[in-house]
Amino acid sequence: MRLAVRELLRRPGRFTVVGGALTVLVLLLLFLGGLLDGLYLNSTGAVRTLDADGIVFSDDARQSFLRSEITADQRAEIDEVDGVAATGGLGFALLGVQIPDGDEVVDGAVVGYELASDELPEPPGTGEAHADRQLEDEGASVGDTVLVGPAEVPLTIVGFVDDTNYLQQGGLWVEPETWRSVLAENRPDAIVADGSFQSLVVRVDDGADVDAVLRAIDDATGATETLSQAEAIDAIPGITEQNATFTAVIGVTIFVAGLVIALFFALLTLERLGLYAVLKAVGGSSRTLVAGVVVQSVVVAAGAFVLGGLLTLGLLQIVPDGIPLQLEPSRALSTLASITVAAVVGALVSLRRIVRIDPASAIGAGA
Amino acid sequence: MPSPALQLTDVRKTYRSGDEEVVALDHATLEVGRDELVALVGPSGSGKTTLLSVAGALLGPTEGDVRVGDTEIGDLSEKERTAFRGKEIGFVFQAVNLVPFLTARENLLVVAEMNGNLDKGAKHRADQLLDELGLGHRTGNQPGELSGGERQRVAIGRALMNEPSLVLFDEPTSALDTELGEQVMELIGREMRSRGVGGIFVTHDTRMTHHADRTLEIIDGRLKA
Repeated sequence: MRLAVRELLRRPGRFTVVGGALTVLVLLLLFLGGLLDGLYLNSTGAVRTLDADGIVFSDDARQSFLRSEITADQRAEIDEVDGVAATGGLGFALLGVQIPDGDEVVDGAVVGYELASDELPEPPGTGEAHADRQLEDEGASVGDTVLVGPAEVPLTIVGFVDDTNYLQQGGLWVEPETWRSVLAENRPDAIVADGSFQSLVVRVDDGADVDAVLRAIDDATGATETLSQAEAIDAIPGITEQNATFTAVIGVTIFVAGLVIALFFALLTLERLGLYAVLKAVGGSSRTLVAGVVVQSVVVAAGAFVLGGLLTLGLLQIVPDGIPLQLEPSRALSTLASITVAAVVGALVSLRRIVRIDPASAIGAGA
Repeated sequence: MPSPALQLTDVRKTYRSGDEEVVALDHATLEVGRDELVALVGPSGSGKTTLLSVAGALLGPTEGDVRVGDTEIGDLSEKERTAFRGKEIGFVFQAVNLVPFLTARENLLVVAEMNGNLDKGAKHRADQLLDELGLGHRTGNQPGELSGGERQRVAIGRALMNEPSLVLFDEPTSALDTELGEQVMELIGREMRSRGVGGIFVTHDTRMTHHADRTLEIIDGRLKA
């Protein structure tokens, strides 16, 4: 162990190439992870913020808010289902938003809602909205009146909320009648009847079996499809595909990191055959020698993680606003964990060769 | 009377090469006393390396008994042999083979580290050995900063670090000029005798054999006095 650490400290040059390659890979992993998180969080905030046990869609909506409609009668049936503690109407309208003094129209998601959550305050008054911070970043302030859609329906911002966007569009959270009028004036084709919503947020009684209650809702109405919050998030267009694509790219990058480590230490082991034979001859076990390689590999990977992390933080400062890069602590931790595992597995590739080194080869090996 | 440092009794070591059996050591019998230094000479391929490997518990014998100090090592498993070498046997290799990024002192302590007993006692012993070998002022130097003779002395110190019963020297002077070789051999003789440690040194250089208490020749795996 000491031997391995001393070599790292006194011959750092030997590890520069592998450390540099790993630093670049860590930068790539954090960048890809940050992009995935940014895309994911900005697409799903509106659903995650609801504090819902279930979300009810009409069964012909194919799990889309914009295609779904739940009538007042269906809602009454759902309210009667055992275990349902509360239901709240929910509806979306994706429209352009003009911010006063703003040069361009920005994307907005007007969400009509009834139930407050930990992150979401009670619905504001008619014609008012709680706006997502994204709109603040784009120039909106409390007290501003923004104009929504081609019909330019005015909404006055009364406060800001965090992490409530839908499909990268800044959330504007309004009470149901305001949402209904925004929809009626801008999207007459998508209008829903008074008392109807696109979908319903369901909260179940404490201690109730959530899955059973959600199934009971669909049985009661015969015309709905109720998803858990996690399922509703996955049902947002593109989310599953986006996750799968990024996860595959991240997986390949981790594999490449493991490969780089394995190749480097395999070469280093070849170079050290004579030294290892001598160390075995003087009483060193294969286990001690392999542990030394693993220690070196993990230290190099940890160093690359720190450097790659710092570079990523630097990159965050210069990345243009339009790129939804978001570095989450959980992403940093999972990257550290995966690069560490790659380091251990990569180093262990040399295990067989080290075990097979014959200490007797130290004798008779001329200079 | 203490047991000898090394006792080989009728030891054979054979290898398979294709379908053939190659006899590297043929019924070798040898005793090396404590404080005795034996020179082993012989042409290339005669079995010198094999004898040193079997005596040093690097290889197990095919037949016969090998006893180092009080321990019969012929039947030990590979793992047991590794542990035994760490405790009882010292090696000085032909290519010196010091760890290049460690200081002289750390090169001695490597033996203790590999055997899991890197403690105050080991550090004290390393300092003491380096002092006795005339390297007290070079303890913090890495091998690249030492002369050939100094490196060989560090290697001797490393071989003595675990207070062995037996030290095996593989061509200890091959990389040194005659004068330096003489000095190193004198040092080896002195150190072995003063510590009561048995030693065998393999050499091609017959000018060095006068440092030994006796010289053995090995030809085709057979020992001759």
